[in-house]
Parts: sequence; structure tokens; C-alpha cells
Amino acid sequence: MRLSDKTKEVLLGPLSQNNPVIVQVLGICSALAVTVQLEPAIVMGLAVTIIVAMSNVVISLLRNTIPMRIRIIVQLVVVAALVTVVSEVLKAFAYDVSVQLSVYIGLIITNCILMGRLEAFAMSNKPWDSLLDGLGNGVGYALILIIVAFFRELFGSGTLFGMRVIPECFYDWGYANNGLMIMPPMALILVGCIIWAHRAKNKDLQEK
Amino acid sequence: MEHAFALFVRSIFVDNMIFASFLGMCSYLAVSKNVKTSLGLGAAVTFVLLVTLPVNYLLQKYVLAEGALTWLSPSFATLNLSYLSFILFIAVIAAIVQLVEMVVEKYSPSLYASLGIFLPLIAVNCAIMGCSLFMQQRINLDPSSTQALTGIGDVFAYALGSGIGWLLAIVGMAGIREKMEYSDVPAPLRGLGIAFITVGLMAMAFMCFSGLSI
Repeated sequence: MRLSDKTKEVLLGPLSQNNPVIVQVLGICSALAVTVQLEPAIVMGLAVTIIVAMSNVVISLLRNTIPMRIRIIVQLVVVAALVTVVSEVLKAFAYDVSVQLSVYIGLIITNCILMGRLEAFAMSNKPWDSLLDGLGNGVGYALILIIVAFFRELFGSGTLFGMRVIPECFYDWGYANNGLMIMPPMALILVGCIIWAHRAKNKDLQEK
Repeated sequence: MEHAFALFVRSIFVDNMIFASFLGMCSYLAVSKNVKTSLGLGAAVTFVLLVTLPVNYLLQKYVLAEGALTWLSPSFATLNLSYLSFILFIAVIAAIVQLVEMVVEKYSPSLYASLGIFLPLIAVNCAIMGCSLFMQQRINLDPSSTQALTGIGDVFAYALGSGIGWLLAIVGMAGIREKMEYSDVPAPLRGLGIAFITVGLMAMAFMCFSGLSI
């Protein structure tokens, strides 16, 4: 299938140039809290991608029938219903991860990426474009989560996906896990560093 | 009473919404550019928390939890509606935020203008929803635990503490950012990047409260 320039922009833009987390500054809360290990981060990224894509399609289908004044409530109800479904599915098939994510699955409802994309895109575009926009933003979000979780798990506990990567002999030579990496502050500082690297490359994104 | 007070202090310093669980980060980063606006937003968040959390607590206690509807009829003893909690909680929050918005618009147009889009967005501020979800977890904890919510008094203390903790965090951040205007930050870090790192450093400072035993 060939994609036109516009669809390509909609789908691939959010991966870097228009990334939801580090450029649009949306959905930061959950991005920071679930990144202590890789596995929950990936599950969270997946859940958000599915929910953004689905809710974008639903709202885009309803966009001409929703009265302007109550649109926020309508959007919230659609999102809350989808999140409830995802949360029940996770409880049924991946109980451990759902316990690890605890309240942050429920907090997808108030994840700003959802409301942001619904308001800015789905309300004024056709279902197919909205689906691509949702997928692109979901993946862009997951990408940041995975980068942060990779560094936090690697340096914080010396493992990846729960498997030991840093060999035992390193510890005998005096290497130690950086306990600070598992604490909340490092998530913020890591995202700060990602923004630094990203903006150093994309000069047009720098603030005055 | 003692427990409620301990809960209040803990939720300000130890379990701070921003620094310990990153809730309400989006509006936190976007609005913390000057002290006055952030004070207004912090007060609005505290107020909304103080109203929504007890309502959601009663909802959880008398409608959603397993066997909570027995006051209607004994035949509901096995009914568990907790899968509806997301939808009901967010509906309560959205309705109350709408109310607050109308009150602020009527009595303080200048605050209304400076909060702009962020007032309606309190509805989707994770701090509010997160607080309700934490409440749902905490009422099931063992009553002897320092985090347990054992009654409506505890819920009020927790709501007030979380709100004030959030207010403290955003006002502190706004103060730092006002000063930072005059410092020479490397170009790629300017704005968002340095804001993240500052919050990280503040969070580290707040970590020293975690040894507090109350």
C-alpha cells in the first residue's frame, strides 16, 4: 500500500518531530511512573497505543453528531469505557503486570495524549486519518517509555526484562547498581536528557 | 485523629503527588511559569480534590464495592460493581470541575483569564483521578498501615494534604523558573529540558522526607 505525503506525516510525524511526550508535552505522568522496568513500560505503551487509536476512530465517527458544549464529557466516557475494557483484559491475561501498573492503567483516562489528540485531531478529521494519528502518537509515546525504561532497568537493577545482563563478575570487581535510577527523580532527569539530545539534533524545536 | 494528621503530613511531604507519583505533571509543567498563576491553579486543584475525593469515597463505599449495595436490598450482597469505578469517578470529577469553572468565572474573572484552558483541563488532571484511584486502593489496606484510609475524616485529611502538596510543588517550581529566566542555559535545554531536570532535583530534595516516621 502506498501512503500519500499527508498520511505519512500523520503516521510518522509523532515518532520524532512531533513526539507526544518530548515535543507536545502530553502524557508525562504515566511515562515517568511505569518506567522502572521494561516489561510494564511496553505493556503500558501498547495499552495506550490501542486506546488512542480506538478512541480516535470512535470520536472521529461521532464528530458531526457531538454537540460542542458537552464534547469533553462525551470524549471522557468513550475513553473511560475503552480503558475499563483494557484493564479487565489485563487483569484476566496478565495479572502480574496489571498489579505492577496499579493505578496507572486507570490513569490512562486522564492521560493528556488522549484528550489532546481527540481535541486536536479526531474532532476534525476522517476516521482513517484519525486511526493513523492515534497509532503514530501511541507508538511515539511507547518509544520514549522504552528508552527511559531501558536505561532505568539496565543501570538500576542490572537486568533487562528481568534477565541479568551485567555479568556477575562485574559486581566482584566493584561495580554496583545505581539505586537512584529506580527512584522517581531519575526518570525526570532522564527525560530531560532525552529532550536535550533530541533538541540538539532538531534545532528548529529549540526555544528562544 | 492522630492517624488523620499523620496522613495529612505524609501526603504533603512523603507521598507528594508530583515528586513521588508524578501525578498532574502536564499542567504542572505548563502553568508553572509565574508564581501568581500557579498559586491560583494549585488552589483550584486543592479545592477540587477536597470536594471530589469524599464524594468518590462515598460512591465506592455505598455503591461500587462488593456487597456495598446491601443497604438497598439484601439480595445485592454479592454484587460487585467496581469495574464501573473508572466511568463513575471521572463523571463525578468532570461535573464538579464544571461547577468550579462557573464559580471562578463569576467571582474572579482575572484568575479565570489567566488559568485559561487549564481550568477545564483540571478534569483530566491526573492528580485528581489518581487521588481517587489511590483512595480506592488505600481503603482496602490494613487499618494499622500508615497509608490506610479508615473513615471519611481520613479521606478529607488525605485530600487536603495531597492538594497542598501539589500546591507547594507548583509554587516552588514557579519560583525557580522565574529566577531561571535570567540564567544562561544551553540552547537545546532551554524551556522544557531544564524544567524536567529542575523537577528531578526538587524530587531528590523531597526524597529526604521519606525517612520521616509519623
